[in-house]
Amino acid sequence: MSLDVLTYLFIGGSFVLYIGIAIWARAGSTKEFYVAGGGVHPVANGMATAADWMSAASFISLAGLVSFIGRDGGAYLMGWTGGYVLLAMLLAPYLRKFGKFTVPDFVGDRYYSNTARVIAVVCTIVISFTYVAGQMRGVGIVFSRYLHVDINTGVIIGMAIVFFYAVLGGMKGITYTQVAQYCVLILAFTVPAFFLSLQITGHVLPQIGLGATLDSGMSVLATLDQLSTDLGFAEYTAGKKSTIDIFCLTAALMAGTAGLPHVIVRFFTVPRVKDARTSAGWALIFIAILYTSVPGVAGFGRVNLIQTINGTDNAGTEYAQMPQWFKNWENAGLLGWHDYNGDGKVQYAAGAAFDGKKGKPAFDGENRGEYGERAVTNAIADPAAVNGAPYANEVYVDRDIMVLANPEIAQLPNWVIALVAAGAVAAALSTAAGLLLVISTAISHDLMKTCINPNISDKQELMYARIAAVVAICIAGYFGINPPGFVAQVVALAFGLASSSVFPVIVMGIFNKRMNKEGAIAGMIVGLGSTMAYMIYFTFMGGAKEDLFLGISTGGFGFVGMILNFIVAYIVSMMTPPPPAEIQEIVENIRVPRGAGSAHAH
Amino acid sequence: MSSSENAQAYWSENLRIIITYLSVWFVVSYVCGILLVEQLNAIPFFGFPLGFWIDQQGSIFVYVGLIWAYAFSMNKLDEKYDVHE
Repeated sequence: MSLDVLTYLFIGGSFVLYIGIAIWARAGSTKEFYVAGGGVHPVANGMATAADWMSAASFISLAGLVSFIGRDGGAYLMGWTGGYVLLAMLLAPYLRKFGKFTVPDFVGDRYYSNTARVIAVVCTIVISFTYVAGQMRGVGIVFSRYLHVDINTGVIIGMAIVFFYAVLGGMKGITYTQVAQYCVLILAFTVPAFFLSLQITGHVLPQIGLGATLDSGMSVLATLDQLSTDLGFAEYTAGKKSTIDIFCLTAALMAGTAGLPHVIVRFFTVPRVKDARTSAGWALIFIAILYTSVPGVAGFGRVNLIQTINGTDNAGTEYAQMPQWFKNWENAGLLGWHDYNGDGKVQYAAGAAFDGKKGKPAFDGENRGEYGERAVTNAIADPAAVNGAPYANEVYVDRDIMVLANPEIAQLPNWVIALVAAGAVAAALSTAAGLLLVISTAISHDLMKTCINPNISDKQELMYARIAAVVAICIAGYFGINPPGFVAQVVALAFGLASSSVFPVIVMGIFNKRMNKEGAIAGMIVGLGSTMAYMIYFTFMGGAKEDLFLGISTGGFGFVGMILNFIVAYIVSMMTPPPPAEIQEIVENIRVPRGAGSAHAH
Repeated sequence: MSSSENAQAYWSENLRIIITYLSVWFVVSYVCGILLVEQLNAIPFFGFPLGFWIDQQGSIFVYVGLIWAYAFSMNKLDEKYDVHE
C-alpha cells in the first residue's frame, strides 16, 4: 500500500477511535465535565496525564532540540520530568484532598480573596492559550506534510475533532481519549526508535544503544563528538551554555511543569489522596518511556543526518543523489540548500547557511535552481567555513524535522512513517484538549459561577463551560492559522509564569499556615511582574545579551521570579495579620488524607 | 494522643520524608547533572560519560524511583497514624 493510503488509514482510524470514545463518555453534569466524576483509576489517569503533558513539542521538537544542542538539551529532559517529583510530593495529594475543581478554586478559597482568584484565572488562561496555539500549528504541519492538504485545512480538521470530544465529553471524554492517544503516541515514538537503534547499534533499546560501540570501534557518543568537531560544531557531550543559566533553566522548567494548570487538574480526577500519589508515579513512568528514548533518537538521528548528507568520505553528496526525504522536506520548506562552492554536492557543516534569522532560507516561490533545488533569495554573498570546518555550510535543517524525518532517513517501512504521523497528531490533540478544558473551566466555573453569579444552576454552568470551550477552540484555531512569529518564546513565557506565580502560591498555601492573602497577592504580583518584564524586555524590546541578570536567559528567569515571589510573600505576610481561624483549619485539613471523598461542588 | 497532636506528628514526619527525597532529587539533578557534570564526565559508564548519562537519562530513572518510594512511604505513614482512607 502506498504511504498516502496508509497515512489516511492510520490517522482516520485513530480519529474514529477518539470519536467513538467521546460518544461513549458524554458528560451529564459539571462534575463529570470538570473532573470526570472523580472516579478515574490511577493508571488510566497516569496515561491521560502523560498524553496531556506530552505535546507536539515533546513528540516532534524535543529530540530535534537535543540533537542540535547536545548535552545542554539535558536541561529540558530533566526539567520536564523532574517537575513531577515536585508535583507528587508538594502539590498533588493536598490539592486532591482539598477536592475542588480548579487551581483558581484553591487559590481563591485558601487566600479568602477574589483578587487572588482572578489573578490565578488570568495566569491559567494566559498559560493555556500560549500553549494551545503551538499544538494546533503542529496538527496543521503534520497534515500538510503527510496528507498534502493546506496547513489551514489541517488546523480546521484538528479543531473539529477536538471540538467533538472536548465539548461533548468534557473531562470525562478527554480522559478516556487521552488514554487512547497515549497508546498511539507512545507506539509511534518507540517503534521507529527501536528500528533506528537496532539498525545503527544492534541493540533494540535506544537507552542502551546510545552507549554502544559501533563497527568503527568508537562508541556512538565518541563518534558524535568526532563528527561534530570535524564539522566545526561544539562537542556533542560538552555544554555550551553557562552553568548558572542551565541551572536556572532546569529549575524554572521543573517548577513550571509542577505549576501548569492542565497537569494539576488531572489529579482532581482520582478517587483518593493515595491515588493522587501513585497516579503521579504512573504518569512519570509513561512519560519516561518516551523521554529516556529521546537522547537515543536524537543521537542516532544526528549521526544519520550527517552521514547521509556528507557521505562516508565526508565530501558531500550530489544533489541528484540525495534521497527522497531530503526533497520532500525541502518542498515542505523545512530544508534548504544552496550550492556555494559550485560542485553540485550538498555539504553540511557548522555556521548559518542563509542570511536570515537563525539561518533560515527565504524561498524564491516555486522557482528551481540549476540542479532542481528550490531557489533562495537570501544566499550569503561570500560564505566562509567556520571553526575549522572543511567547507562552508550549504544546508539549513529545521530542528523540528528530526523525529518526523527519522523513519524516512533510516528507510523504515511505510507503515512506520504513517504511524509517526498519527502519533504526532495524537500528541498535539491530547494536549490541546486538556488545555481547552482548563480554559473553559476557568471561565465558566471560576469567573461565571464563583465571581459573577453564584446562583446559576448546574445545567447553566455546564452550558457556559461548553460555550467557553467552543470560543476557546476558535481562538486556538485562529492562532494555529495565523501563528504569532514568536511561538517558541511564548512557550518559555508560559513556563516562566507557572513557575513564578502558580507554583509558589500553591506551595505556600499548603506548607505555610501563616501565609495570608496580602502575602500571596504581593508575591504573585512581584513574581509575575518581574518575570514578564524580564522576558518582554529581552525578547521583544531588544535588550542586549550583556545586560542579562547574571547571564540568565529569559527561559531561566522564571526561577528567579519564583524566589522573589517566596521572599516578598513571606515578608509581607509577617507584617500583616494572620489568616482567619477557619482558613487555618482548611490547611490543617488538607494536610491529612482521611475524608477526601469525591471532588465536591461548593 | 489527641487528634490534633496526632495530626501534628503525622505532618512533621511527612515533612521529614519529603525533605529526604527532595535532597536526593536535588543532588542528582543539580549537583551531579549540572554542577559537577564535567568532573563526572571523566568516568566512563557503559559507553557513556557518567555526567552526560545522568544529565540525559539517569536522572529520569531516579525521579520515577523517588515518586514510587514516596508513595509507599506515605501509605505506611498514613496507616501508622491512622489517617488513611
